[in-house]
Amino acid sequence: MAKKTRKRWIEVTFVTKEGDRKTIRVPVGMSMLEAAHENDIELEGACEGSLACSTCHVIVKDEKFYRMLKEPSDEENDMLDLAFGLTETSRLGCQVIAKPELNGMELALPAATRNFAVDGHVPKPH
Amino acid sequence: MPLHVCVVGSGPAGFYVAKKLLKRFDFARVDILERLPAPFGLVRSGVAPDHPETKVVINQFSRTAEDERCRFFGNVCLGTDVSLEELRKNYHVVVLAYGAESDHRLGIPGEDLEGVFSARQFVWWYNGHPDGKDLPINLNDVETAVVLGQGNVALDVARILLRSPSELSSTDIAEHAVKALRTSRIRKVYVVGRRGPVQAACTAKELREILGLKGVEIVINEADLQTTDCDLEELQSSRIHKRVFDLFCKSATFTKCAGRDKQLQFVFFRAPVSLLAAEDGIHVRGVHLQKTRLEGNHPRKLVGTGEFEELDCGLVLKSIGYKSLPVPDLPFDHKKGVVPNYFGRVRSSDATNETERGLYVAGWLKRGPTGIIGTNEVCAQEVVTSIEEDVNRAVVSNLKEVPGSVGLESILSEKNKRYITFEGWERLNETEMEKGAVKGKPREKIVGIDEALAIGLAKEKE
Repeated sequence: MAKKTRKRWIEVTFVTKEGDRKTIRVPVGMSMLEAAHENDIELEGACEGSLACSTCHVIVKDEKFYRMLKEPSDEENDMLDLAFGLTETSRLGCQVIAKPELNGMELALPAATRNFAVDGHVPKPH
Repeated sequence: MPLHVCVVGSGPAGFYVAKKLLKRFDFARVDILERLPAPFGLVRSGVAPDHPETKVVINQFSRTAEDERCRFFGNVCLGTDVSLEELRKNYHVVVLAYGAESDHRLGIPGEDLEGVFSARQFVWWYNGHPDGKDLPINLNDVETAVVLGQGNVALDVARILLRSPSELSSTDIAEHAVKALRTSRIRKVYVVGRRGPVQAACTAKELREILGLKGVEIVINEADLQTTDCDLEELQSSRIHKRVFDLFCKSATFTKCAGRDKQLQFVFFRAPVSLLAAEDGIHVRGVHLQKTRLEGNHPRKLVGTGEFEELDCGLVLKSIGYKSLPVPDLPFDHKKGVVPNYFGRVRSSDATNETERGLYVAGWLKRGPTGIIGTNEVCAQEVVTSIEEDVNRAVVSNLKEVPGSVGLESILSEKNKRYITFEGWERLNETEMEKGAVKGKPREKIVGIDEALAIGLAKEKE
């Protein structure tokens, strides 16, 4: 029986809050949270993957990849409820595990928008 | 020249600001002030003992504190040990992140009866906060408790009252609390909200958890689950409210299990009118409520229907919101209970665009007492971006030299005030974990200030 060679790692591109792109190799089986941390990508992970926070929120850029992921559990949804800048294709990075089909996936980190009036404030003189 | 920064408060808001500042500025030196001996604010004294996974963030905060450019000053209180003016003279940047240590009041008769507490007081008590250890709470002669409010704090306090003490005894709950809960006679807890299940302020995680508590029957009046067009519109636009509402509906259909010896009842559309005194005139014996309904559309208005009812109880926990307190020389919006600010820059008053040079605010003091730990990450990002803009435009750092830590240390030594370093805290931390290990708990918190100081200050060099 011909054994199909499965990829041992995949490529994932992170798009940072500032819009910078960084493509990294992620071993199959590793979570996106761990992968981000190993590659110095600024993704929080306050609860270290124990599904008690939403700070590792990522947005899957292509719906095709989003649909390949296992449905989020109730517990993950509970945390996504509280995620900043939630979208239709949001997931927690700690729950997205690398598998061969996800090769080429792009993940964006939600960016805070800063809609300020230019120079709306005046520092008080000393 | 270093950028000298002082962060006041060592909870999530303070630590996220410190972490981001250290990352953003190679030349930053960050001192974190904390009025208690132990750091971490609400992660230690707010997060419930049965939520250990939420406290994991302490690992990350500890790594920040261990950065050689970061120093921790525990047991130092802004306003008593050092003034805001002194801090501003000694640091380029002062970030106030000292949270909300008081409570909103209901403003109704009977609020000061014995047996009436704010949820914050009760939380401090079971979490071993030094200021909460002597709470005069009596659970031995009380069978029914009323919690006013339906947010996550309300669910936390209700859950702690109802959860079996044997489950709690393996958490880091304070010893005095688990002892009192073991002999508690409380069998029934009402959780009362002014609005309906569509508007409930709790989150799905907390609600799911309390609805599944072992040995607790859940009571929800099914009539309260009927929705109007307005309700449906609200639900459609809010994922979190929709998921919370669905949980209420699910729970109402399949509970009513007999044989459970405790009961949790959600009471919707009731506003407290007064707290009723027992015959002795000292203790609370019940809550007088007015029925309410929502009227109109955009915005919907809550009105009393003129119908009243009473709930008998011997304990009332008010969970209607924390409130920040001002310190001298700090602009403060007393109505909102926050410091007026522009992206974290403290505004000189509500009426002007002038901001106070080098003075910033973060966390609950900035945006009011809402949100979860992670909210502070976004909040800190905003403040640090403002600081960066101000540094770049030389608003803060046409840096005249300031003393930073050295200045703070000399102020403290003049006042003979000793502070706990992060190494001191680590000693305290180890002692707590050792004491906990004996009892099968992750830690046994040291609640007495003197005992904590004795351990935290020991072996410090003179």
